Amino acid sequence: MLSGFLPTLLDGTLTTLALAGASLLIAVLLGLVGAAAKLSRLRALRWLATGYTTVVRGVPDLVLMLLVFFGGQIIVNAVAARLGHSDYIDIDPFIAGVCTIGFIFGAYLTETFRGALMSIPAGQREAGIAYGMSRFKVFWRITFPQMIRFAIPGFTNNWLVLVKSTAIVSVIGLTDMMHRAGLAAGATREPFTFYLAAAAIYLAITTVSLLLLRALEKRVSISVRRAA
Amino acid sequence: MFNFEIVIDSLPELAQAGWVTLQLLGVSLLAGLVVALPLGIARASDRRWLAWPVWCFTYVMRGTPMLVQLFLIYYGLAQFEFVRESMLWPWFSSAWFCALLAFTLNTGAYTAEIIAGAIRATPAGEVEAARSLGMSAWRVMSRIVLPSAMRRALPAYSNEVIMMLHGTSLASTVTIVDLTGAARELNARTYLPFESFLAVALIYLVLTFALVGLFRLAERRWLRHLGPRQTQPAAVGLAPSGAT
Repeated sequence: MLSGFLPTLLDGTLTTLALAGASLLIAVLLGLVGAAAKLSRLRALRWLATGYTTVVRGVPDLVLMLLVFFGGQIIVNAVAARLGHSDYIDIDPFIAGVCTIGFIFGAYLTETFRGALMSIPAGQREAGIAYGMSRFKVFWRITFPQMIRFAIPGFTNNWLVLVKSTAIVSVIGLTDMMHRAGLAAGATREPFTFYLAAAAIYLAITTVSLLLLRALEKRVSISVRRAA
Repeated sequence: MFNFEIVIDSLPELAQAGWVTLQLLGVSLLAGLVVALPLGIARASDRRWLAWPVWCFTYVMRGTPMLVQLFLIYYGLAQFEFVRESMLWPWFSSAWFCALLAFTLNTGAYTAEIIAGAIRATPAGEVEAARSLGMSAWRVMSRIVLPSAMRRALPAYSNEVIMMLHGTSLASTVTIVDLTGAARELNARTYLPFESFLAVALIYLVLTFALVGLFRLAERRWLRHLGPRQTQPAAVGLAPSGAT
């Protein structure tokens, strides 16, 4: 049916998943730092975090991706030239993609985590401090586990958008699933078949993610009593 | 370091490209609303055979990247001979039409879910009261449910509009010279990626702020009843100015 192109599509799917996973890792780290900065007592940190989330969420991801890919090329080569490197360095689209998508979704996760942290009653934190826990211990034992529960619905949403965003990395030449669907489409002159296959694979990824995250939500909200 | 001259020289092109972006956004949002209203009502219906097909449509549209949807329509449909030989081919071979179609279907699906959610949030008492006054189902929908549901949908819809503004940048992948397309052309011509993409990023940022501001005005007008109560400015408790 896919004229023998299924293995290459599945191989591209692995690239897509690796890209999404690595980006998520960066996004979660940036999101935690961003949320902490937004809730910080230092005004400068709050401003910095607000600037980050405002700018990133106000510009299309494709534009940021092209900026990082083409702009990064210039910066990397300028730095390399300073260090006495004479060869021209090409930026790997995978790394450019991970950096850009991680940076973008770090901003979305900042908002998700901030909202989750704010829904934890302050009294619990105060109780922890009253017991003599260090601030880190309060975070690790009291705030963080509950933050996960409050953050899951928003996180699910962010992750689904992230997975779909990875498709645009094919524009800068990463041989992800989307890119390979395009190559197969060109080789067989059956673009509809292959883009439909790509759509089906994306749909499968989002469906599985949705089911897994729903199960996880059930698991972490086990202590929550629900009426009816 | 930063070559402002290039940016200023290309302002006319950027303005034209900005107009293209706004047209793509405006047309697909309007058409998307037209698609979304009946779909949203069907999706919120209690009748399974009405709600289920709409759920399938929105699930697929929301579960796949818009880039894939765009490529399916623009590159994909040409695979079929009956499409190429049909009367519709002049449309389907045009990047503009395909981009607008993909954007419309995409935002239509998201907006249908937003509207359905807002309809479901209608207090049951309002519908019961309308029915007990003898209104037909159609009247209840047009007079009671929709006017308040459309208001409730406003905040979520403003997010969707911003997402679509950013989504229109995908038009640059099918040869349309929108803002992103103009930046790519500028970058290809001048090899100045920072100037090209930062200038355009700034324009998108301004457009985003403008849209956010517009929706804030709209919410102030149509969601006034949800805002803080406008009580008399505490005339009783406050001493007249001057006296302390």
